[in-house]
Amino acid sequence: MGATRVKIAVCIKRVPVMDVRFRIGADGKSVDETGLKYDVNDFDLWAVEAALQLKEKTGAGEVAVFSLGPDAVQEQIRKALSMGADRGVQLKAASASADPLSIARALAAELEATQWDVIFFGKVAIDTADQSVGPMVAELLGLPCVSAISALEIANGRGTAKRELEGAQEIVEFPLPVVLTVDEGLNKERLPSLKGIMAAKKKPLEVKPAQLDAGTVSVAAMELPAERAAGRIIGEGAAAVPELVRLLQTEAKVL
Amino acid sequence: MATVFAFAEARGGELRKVALEAVTAARTLADETGGGEVHALLVGAPGIGGKAAALGAHGADVVHVCEHAGFEHANAEAGAALAAELLKRIGARAAVFPASASGRDLAPRVAAKLGVGVASDVVSVAAVGGAIHARHPSYTGKVITTLALTGTPAVIAIRPNVFTPRESARAGRVETVAPAVDPAASKVKVRETKAGSRAKLDLSEAPVIVSGGRGLKSAENFKLVEDLAAAFGNAAVGATRAVTDDGWRPHSDQIGQTGRVVSPELYVAVGISGAIQHLAGMRTSRTIVAINKDREAPIFKIADYGIVGDVFDIVPALTEAVRAARAHR
Repeated sequence: MGATRVKIAVCIKRVPVMDVRFRIGADGKSVDETGLKYDVNDFDLWAVEAALQLKEKTGAGEVAVFSLGPDAVQEQIRKALSMGADRGVQLKAASASADPLSIARALAAELEATQWDVIFFGKVAIDTADQSVGPMVAELLGLPCVSAISALEIANGRGTAKRELEGAQEIVEFPLPVVLTVDEGLNKERLPSLKGIMAAKKKPLEVKPAQLDAGTVSVAAMELPAERAAGRIIGEGAAAVPELVRLLQTEAKVL
Repeated sequence: MATVFAFAEARGGELRKVALEAVTAARTLADETGGGEVHALLVGAPGIGGKAAALGAHGADVVHVCEHAGFEHANAEAGAALAAELLKRIGARAAVFPASASGRDLAPRVAAKLGVGVASDVVSVAAVGGAIHARHPSYTGKVITTLALTGTPAVIAIRPNVFTPRESARAGRVETVAPAVDPAASKVKVRETKAGSRAKLDLSEAPVIVSGGRGLKSAENFKLVEDLAAAFGNAAVGATRAVTDDGWRPHSDQIGQTGRVVSPELYVAVGISGAIQHLAGMRTSRTIVAINKDREAPIFKIADYGIVGDVFDIVPALTEAVRAARAHR
């Protein structure tokens, strides 16, 4: 890398904004999309930010954004371009597969043509709750992978990252090229500026067909979780503490 | 009869609880599909083989043990190569990994090597016809998705703290295996694992979680939450995104849509209003207690027991009462 141009890919996903009550579609296997709003997956925004910061620190290079899905994903690619990414690629498919390997294969088929220094993903897609595509792309391309990073240093063709484990932290060293998946806490994404939004309209956005196979994972059913019983206020102030302790002991049996 | 594989995660020379959960889930699946064998894989630094007996006690017929200095820390490259080779050799119908920080690295790599998909963060699993069905929360817990896995093996990563470890004595016959690739040659190297204090329970394993929000007003006041957690004796401390964004607590303590998703037996929300982003991380807790000054706070809509009022009065009183209750037990 050094003084040369750094080449960075970021893979992003279009996901529904989650602050709604979802409805299940008539087929019982999908979410009813009526009235949903969409945005870039939270973790993928931090991946875009990480890519932009790496390019800015290196001084020169390219950040390319990839997203698989129908034409609607162009909206999310444009958002990444308005944040500062240089170009976008839509891997066109009617919908994403439920099989992360199918998606990983389609992305790897596109990504392998270029010698990337870093390929960024978000840690997890908040709609499907899947966190496999990044590590799978690494495996398919024969690249090292560090998942769920919350701190990152890259210099002279090598990097160091921090990962949160359950009750512990790992400090990890790796060579470039590498696949990194980004956790919360690595950075805070920038908001697109008005200038950025105008510039994004002129940036290249290429559309290619996704090579999506049928895979071995499909959605059998979707359902809404059982509702919790309605909440109950048992009292006010410290005076309610003895009643709470009694309920925890005799009713909930957790004390 | 189907052979089912389980990855037994270890850290620092000790089995993690999720290792027993994985073996338990594998045992259940093997029994459901005609009573096949459960093969566990245990990798670690020399000496880790001494932990194999616990896996047999929880239903492993065979424990494949790979001891190598290169497995002292998590090593997804060499671990995945070994697991994939073993899975091919034993002809497993299904493979259970933990959806832990380490397991989430491993399961997708193994699946990609074997040319099959993977189901992440699974909370229940069953054999249905020729397929393995895996249920997992999606859309930040607002939708439950059932995935049908038709590949062989069906690779699933189970959510920690959901599959309760169950004893089911089996032979647990130890078979030594060599690494499939040199663990010392992995490109990614863990330089250091900074363990939290041994006494500190992790959020994913704690039966009780006491969590604090902006209502605590400052980082220093988190002492109230820590004291209450200490009074329970088996509690971990969590926080809302607002609090971790403000730097009062580390990001690793954040419970919510973009943080940790937990389902303890008891969740105590202190000074937490109950933003959707937070509820996504804790709404499946068995019992929820909320303490908040605002009677209209959304947290009270899902709390089994709510107390309205000043957290600075109520929490110290609750800490005392819990301490007394446990002393008299």
